[in-house]
Order: sequence, then C-alpha cells, then structure tokens
Amino acid sequence: MIEAPPLEPRELGVTDGVHVESVSRTFAGRRGPVAALKGMSLDVSPGEIVVVVGPSGSGKTTLLELVCGLQQPDAGRVDCAPAALMPQRDLLLPWLGALDNATLALRARGIKRAEARALAGPWLQRFGLAGFEDTRPAALSGGMRQRVSFLRSLLAGKPVLALDEPFAALDAITRAEMQAWLATMLAQAPRTVVLVTHDVEEAVVLGDRVIVLSPRPGRAVAEVEVGLPRPRRRTDPELTALRERVYTALGVPQ
Amino acid sequence: MRRLISGWRPALLLAVLLGAWEVYVDTGGADPLILPSPHAIAQSLYVDRALLWSNFLITAEEVLLGIFVAATAALLLASAMHFFVTLRRATYPLLIASQTVPIPILAPVLVLWLGFGLLPKLVVVALVSFFSIVVTTMAAFAAIDPDLLKLMRTFDASRWRTFTDVELPAALPGVFTGTKIAVIVAVIGAVFAEQSGANAGLGYLFEQSIPQLLTARAYAAVVILSMFAIALFAVLTLVERLTVPWALQPNGDSPR
Repeated sequence: MIEAPPLEPRELGVTDGVHVESVSRTFAGRRGPVAALKGMSLDVSPGEIVVVVGPSGSGKTTLLELVCGLQQPDAGRVDCAPAALMPQRDLLLPWLGALDNATLALRARGIKRAEARALAGPWLQRFGLAGFEDTRPAALSGGMRQRVSFLRSLLAGKPVLALDEPFAALDAITRAEMQAWLATMLAQAPRTVVLVTHDVEEAVVLGDRVIVLSPRPGRAVAEVEVGLPRPRRRTDPELTALRERVYTALGVPQ
Repeated sequence: MRRLISGWRPALLLAVLLGAWEVYVDTGGADPLILPSPHAIAQSLYVDRALLWSNFLITAEEVLLGIFVAATAALLLASAMHFFVTLRRATYPLLIASQTVPIPILAPVLVLWLGFGLLPKLVVVALVSFFSIVVTTMAAFAAIDPDLLKLMRTFDASRWRTFTDVELPAALPGVFTGTKIAVIVAVIGAVFAEQSGANAGLGYLFEQSIPQLLTARAYAAVVILSMFAIALFAVLTLVERLTVPWALQPNGDSPR
C-alpha cells in the first residue's frame, strides 16, 4: 500500500487550471522583430493533460515560459496556477547523486537536506530508482536521468507541470517506455499538465486533448479530443486515426 | 594528464639528453663555469642541500600564499562580476589591460613601495596568477545553462540559493583549471620578485651564485624551482580529482 505522498499539492481545485487568452509575444531578432506567438489561446482544466504539438519554432517553449511566469506576454492575458518546469534536457547537477538532485526544489524552499531526502526517498523507489540514491547523473541511463528530472519538478509541489519535449533526447525504445511510465505516474500524482512536443504519437498517447499550433507566429489552429481510456495501446486503430487527424491539422500530407 | 611521468619513454629521452649534455661539457664543448655538467649540478644539489632547502622554503611560502590569495580574490571577483553585469562591464576591460603591464618592470617598483620582505613577492605572485583564474572561473559561470536558472526560478529559489546550490559548484572546476595554469607562472613571478630585491629565496640564491661563479649551484636552484612547479601542478590535479570528480568524467553532463 502506497501511502499518500507527503508533498502532494492539496487536491487540485477549481483554480488550478491554466488560462492563456489571445496572447502575443514578440522578440527582438537579428533581422527585426520575431513574433513567436500571436493570438494564442489555451485553456487547461485542473487535472487535465493537454499536449501542444507544433512545427519547430512555433513558440512552444515560449508558451511554456509564459505559463511558468518566466516571461510576460506583450498582449493578452495569462492566468495560471503556480507551475513547475521540466526542461527538455534533464539538466541534472553532475555533482549530486540522484536523490539530492530530486530534492533540488525542496532545498530551494529551505527544507533541510536530511528532511528533504527523507521526503523524496520513497518517491525515488516508486520511480524505479531504488539503489541509485547516491549515483551521480553520469552513471545513470538517459531514461533514469529523465525520471529523476521529472521527480525533481513533481516535488516542487506545484499544481501545474510544464513539460518541454521531455523525451525528445531519448532513443525510440526508451521514449516509448517513458511515455507509458509518465502516464502511470500522472495517474498516481495528478497534476494539471501542459506538455509540448513535436512527436505526434506522444501527443495522442499521453494527452486528454491535443492542441495543434500553426507555424510561427504560433497560435492554436486545431484541437483534437483524445478521450480514449488508459493505458492506451499505440496500435489501437482509434489512436492511429487520431494520430492521422493531428498530422492533417499540421498540414503533413498523408 | 594521466600520470605525471607516464611510462619509460620520456624517462629514456631525458636520460639521453642528460647524457649528451654531460659528454658535451666533459669533452670540453663548454666551459664548466658557464655551463656546468649534469653531474656537477647533481653534486651541488647534494652538497648545498641545506642552503637550497632554506631558500626553497622562502620561495615556496611566497608562491603558496600568493596562489592562495590570487585564487580567493579571483573567485570573489568572478562571483561579483557574475552577479553584477555593470561591474563586469566596468572591470573586465581593465582586467585585460592590467595584464599588459610587464611584471619584470613592476616588480622593482613594488619592492621600492612595499619593502624587501614577503609582501611584494606575494603581490607579484598573486598578480601574475590572478588573471588566468578569474578568466577560467568567469568562463565556468558563463557556461551554466540558462535553462537551469529558469528551472530554479520556477522552484521559487532565491537568487542567493541559486548561487550557492547551482552556480558556485558549477564554477569550481574553472577555479581549478585557472589555478593549474597559474602555478607555472607563479613560480616565475616569485623568482622575478626576488631578483628585484630580496635577501633570501631561490631566485635570490640564483642571482648571488652567478657572479660568484657558482654556476652549478645556480642551476641547482633552477632544477628545484621546476620540480616545485611540477609538484604543485600534480598536487592540484590530485585535489581537483578528489574535489570535483564529476567535472572530469567524459559523460558528466555538466550544467552548461
């Protein structure tokens, strides 16, 4: 019996969603201003998993940084519950073992090391990393590192998780394993999730809903409701049909 | 550097070179008063050991203290420059400009100003060592992945917490790299400072031995100085391996 995790944010409430309303964001580029997002809207209900797919440079990372409050929009409104980022690369600190890396957010809040380790320890076991508590990142596999990175963001205790192409750097086999694993973990520790990716299969396997972005400047051009029960099978004809729909919305010829 | 002397090949080469030198001097190729033979230098190392040792201790003190002061000051300045962009913009060009001042000319002035004791030597050693340590430490700070700092912000980490938990450890390998470069020039700096005005130290001993035609003793001092620099480098490499092993692992995805 797994007891209730100590740092679980309170039950996700009505205010724990994500609301992005006709947001625009422009950067100063070398050859004039570059509009990353223009008229982008996104609504994520508390506890919902929304996957945003779009071509490279469609402002996916900008969207996540807006959600996390790392950037402010030039126009429009962003109204989000506190969010923790999980970056594309694992960015684990090479001088710390897996457990100390996982507790980074706890330590940032001023929790003492021993206490933080005691809190995170059971989670590391649930994440299949028992016995690797003091192993440095260099000695962990890519999948393990990504799991530590995810745990680190999860333990920030924020109601919203912003995942930036979390598995893009992994090989195809590990990526498929990690997607299944992430779905299981999110079922155990519910969060409002915004995940950006350019992997269409990942989007339909993981998401409750898939939002398709236009090329730069990015805005939502299509929405695909997945609504299939979990665990999902990649070969499920309904899933492949949804995948085709997303590809069509992206303008990829079939 | 895997090992200080890796294998027999460099040892053999050194033996051949020393042998050639010995034969050259012994067969009258050079006046032993101008170029002493290796065995004469070895003899001086043994005969003058008490004198060489006491002077070595003086020079070693100057070098070690100077490096310590330089490394500490460099880490503090690099941290401050990392924190405050305005300070970095104001200081960095001056720092580079300061390196164009020739130390051999500065050394006598410093002796005039600070006297014949330890202080001017310490200052010279620190000055020649400081620059490389600041530059490599700043490079280590600059190499930290900006996404890591964003991550810390979404974790609500304070600026200071981010510095102590993420940035400072990430900069430590830079301090080691700079200090390893610095030890070699630090020894040269100490010798220059001693030759500009001193009453002890291996640089002073060298300066005194030449006019007395004790050339072998002067060379013995040089041998000890080089051995000292090599030993310092080796010790630093060892300390680096023990302190920041993660920075030396090829697979270590350091926070760049």
